[in-house]
Amino acid sequence: MVSARAVAETVRDPELPMLTLADLGVLREVSESDGTVTVSITPTYTGCPAMDTMRDDLVHALRGAGYSNVEVRTVLRPAWSTDWISETGRRKLAEAGIAPPGDAPRRSSGPIPLTLSPPARRVSCPRCGSADTELVSQFGATACKSLLRCRSCGEPFEHVKEI
Amino acid sequence: MAETCSTPASGSSEDNPYNSLIDAQDDSRWAFGTGFEDPLAGVDTSAPSGVDGADLAAYCLMLGDDALVFSHRLQQWCTRAPELEDEVAIANIGLDLLGQARLLLARAGKADGSGRGEDDYAFFRAEHEFRNVRLAELERGDFGQLIAVLLVFSAWRLALFQRLRSATDPVLAAIADKGVKELTYHRDYAARWAVRLGDGTAFSHERMQAGLDAVWPFVDELFVPHEIESRLVAAGVAVDPAAVREEFDGVLEQVFTAATLSRPDVAAKAGVMGQTGRGGRHTEAMGYLLAELQSVARAHPEARW
Repeated sequence: MVSARAVAETVRDPELPMLTLADLGVLREVSESDGTVTVSITPTYTGCPAMDTMRDDLVHALRGAGYSNVEVRTVLRPAWSTDWISETGRRKLAEAGIAPPGDAPRRSSGPIPLTLSPPARRVSCPRCGSADTELVSQFGATACKSLLRCRSCGEPFEHVKEI
Repeated sequence: MAETCSTPASGSSEDNPYNSLIDAQDDSRWAFGTGFEDPLAGVDTSAPSGVDGADLAAYCLMLGDDALVFSHRLQQWCTRAPELEDEVAIANIGLDLLGQARLLLARAGKADGSGRGEDDYAFFRAEHEFRNVRLAELERGDFGQLIAVLLVFSAWRLALFQRLRSATDPVLAAIADKGVKELTYHRDYAARWAVRLGDGTAFSHERMQAGLDAVWPFVDELFVPHEIESRLVAAGVAVDPAAVREEFDGVLEQVFTAATLSRPDVAAKAGVMGQTGRGGRHTEAMGYLLAELQSVARAHPEARW
């Protein structure tokens, strides 16, 4: 029988299906005791509408592998960070034309400073590799992505924004 | 088990194709769920010792209602934003706030021991039971007013949530921890638009300033603690809103300077018999907002979605 962890690690993210939940870093813990599998997941954004689907997909996959008692728990803390996306996950994102995130902002304990101009951080185009890109919108088709455009090849592309 | 959402005359499930979707035994869903599960599933929601459960629940409703009601206003911008990118941005911000509201309302139902779910609070409370600040419910207004209200709301809420991260209630602290990351993006979005409009053309400047002037009478209310908040501040659960005024003023001043806007000099809107939004006293706009928000759930109270 395949271990519960190995089964859970094959479940894909419903919005970024090139990634598994493990690649994305939302799969926090898988444990087995007394015939029950407990899986802990954490939302990327608080309003992530895919949480219910993730939960169902995990239960479905584990039941299919012979684990009849499955409990999926939500953990809220520590809050998810794009730093938890694995190296494999970053490579898969880039291959799918989505620019992977850079390092998440490190904040000191004081008030969070206002950023009146878009970040100077350069995101390279996942299609042609050019660093000559511009931000179109910090809010993209899903909560976790922003929209950019490459000035070299002219293609628009998505970027997983750092949080 | 709840009845399905169907017209009264529709009869058996064979007559209604939607029933077969809901009755499907396969757990994999046809879209994002035909039902919503408890967003706090598996989270330890016991109240910290020495904290009154009813007070804690009321505080969760205050923060949750702010997010729920303002999210609804933002949703009204769908198909009305000036550019597609802003349409998506506003919808995303509304979604983040709706997510915060879901957790906070669910937390309220655990804290007061009533076991009520998020839908019970959102759809089956009357106007005077909503504890959101009046700023959150104001009429939609034009795009200048949207940016003004979003700037004020997100700067205020971010300052609150930053402090709430160290609250003694671990659930509130965790919700705040996630919320801070989201609100930082919301505030930056609003501030950049305020600068773009304020420091743009004479017409865009005029509209941005008018938007600020329209919402400013509801700003002072944000910093006046309700008696329940004051009790919870003493218990280390709540953040004293009065304590974030200085930070809020500093952030707004920075935006006003960059945007060549003036801080409005208008009188604060009075409450009714000493009560404002936190005490369940709302403006006329609230009734219309709730009618829209609650009508479907009230017409089909046992429906599953």
